[in-house]
Amino acid sequence: MSGRSTWTTFWRTVCGRAYPRVIGAQRERSWVFFEILLPLLQVTAYVFIYRAIQAPPEFLGFVVLGGAMSAYWLNVLWSMASQLYWEKETGNLELYIVAPTSRMAILLGMALGGMFQTTLRAVAIITIGSLLFRVPMTVTNVPVLLGVFLTTLVALYGLGMMLSSLFLLFGREAWHFSNLLQEPVSLVSGFYFPVRALGQVIAAAASALPITLGLDAMRQLLFPSMMENLRFLSADVELGILAGSAVLFLVLAHRALAHFEKLARREGRLTVRGQ
Amino acid sequence: MPSDRRFRETLRSFRVATWLGWQIESNWADPFVFAIYSLVKPLAGALILVFMYAAIAKGGVNSPLFPAVFVGNAMFIYVPAVLAGISWTIIDDREHYGMLKYVYTAPVSVFAYLVGRGVAKAAVATVAVVVTLLLGTLALSVPIRLAGIDWLLILGALVSGCAMLSLFGILLGGVTLVTARHNYGVGEAVAGGLYLLCGVVFPLETLPLWLEVVGRGLPITYWIEAVRRALLGAGSPAFNGLSNGALLGVVVGSTVVLAGLAVGTFRLAERRARARGLLDMQTMY
Repeated sequence: MSGRSTWTTFWRTVCGRAYPRVIGAQRERSWVFFEILLPLLQVTAYVFIYRAIQAPPEFLGFVVLGGAMSAYWLNVLWSMASQLYWEKETGNLELYIVAPTSRMAILLGMALGGMFQTTLRAVAIITIGSLLFRVPMTVTNVPVLLGVFLTTLVALYGLGMMLSSLFLLFGREAWHFSNLLQEPVSLVSGFYFPVRALGQVIAAAASALPITLGLDAMRQLLFPSMMENLRFLSADVELGILAGSAVLFLVLAHRALAHFEKLARREGRLTVRGQ
Repeated sequence: MPSDRRFRETLRSFRVATWLGWQIESNWADPFVFAIYSLVKPLAGALILVFMYAAIAKGGVNSPLFPAVFVGNAMFIYVPAVLAGISWTIIDDREHYGMLKYVYTAPVSVFAYLVGRGVAKAAVATVAVVVTLLLGTLALSVPIRLAGIDWLLILGALVSGCAMLSLFGILLGGVTLVTARHNYGVGEAVAGGLYLLCGVVFPLETLPLWLEVVGRGLPITYWIEAVRRALLGAGSPAFNGLSNGALLGVVVGSTVVLAGLAVGTFRLAERRARARGLLDMQTMY
């Protein structure tokens, strides 16, 4: 195949795999409702905890932002990491493997579609949460905020692409592992409180997850006065680390996909269903 | 069918479903990994509250609100496990394993089967609740003392509470039987709503009045209050006017009402599912 036609196939695959997430998912309105409602219920409960203990209003903003970013983490877990497991269960994985295209293009399409789909939910959560709880946000530097947000997403979905290769080997445990990675990650990444409260050592370890640094940096840029004494690292340093993580996770995802696909083929796990 | 035979069949269905539920819950990993899995999630949930308090509240976890909040959160582990777990059985058996139709063709009591599957989830939840409460008592000064526990109240609350949650689960199971693409979110949405409305992690009076009224109308609110009183010796000031007996009465009374509602709804949904061919539906969602 010529270089040009390889690229054409790559991008057509990316678009083809992103399509059901960008267009198809919007057709199921009830899912849009549930995907906004469920994080909002959690966010609301945590907002009332802070209200009960008379926390400063910025903490309500921490919760709303954490709730919005949790939508991305849930999307990475359930629609990236576990996706190849679902595809195996529904019989699509074989079709992906025999299709004359790059598996990275399929993962990239899933990631881009997932980002778009989740951004609609996250925007809804932030808008409803901010209006409902009157969150006092001050955007100090829009370009840096956008940069942090986008770099966090690239790193996060790179991690998701890497995990999806690992999950190729999983049977039923894929579901359990995704389930397991919800609350513990909410805890160590500081979804509902500044991560510094966990102590420097745990916060540093949790920085391996891009969402930890992304959240801390975004909070600094949205609630500068409150975060002055609560920040983990400065937003600039966090942005630099996030950029490095983004590249690292994409490279690792590429290698992991090749390695685990080979392993899954050898062990005959690509077509095993109902495990 | 003679009543003693029906009873034996119900018992057998319950026993086998409990065993099956336990296998499905646990045999995907070795016991060590399974034990970690069962504990890490609820403990992480409890620690989120701890750090929220530590970050803000004057006195951190020594805040007077904290013990009630911690116990409420620990007991709430039962709610998604039993309530959403039972309704999830319908989805799991129908969509994932494709065996719900075989349950219906076998000489099995469906209610006993669903409750049996819920028991396995409740067993895992019980371990998580106990470990969470131990963490609170040993590491966070939550004042639970063995000598101070009202054993009669806690026993009554646990038995009636688990029965109530099972019936809620059957009710949701009925809804799940006749829904296609919405069923995945139903259990989670209901559990999430109850977490917010029942004053689990903050005093009920923190809610706006109209939501507080809704919360007061939910039996799980009274169940959690009863457990708090049994373990801590005191509950929320919002329920000072109710004696322990009255609290338990509300929970038992609601359970009786719910029994009729749950069984009726499930039977109705079951008839509809049979008529519309939904018992072996595969939506591929």
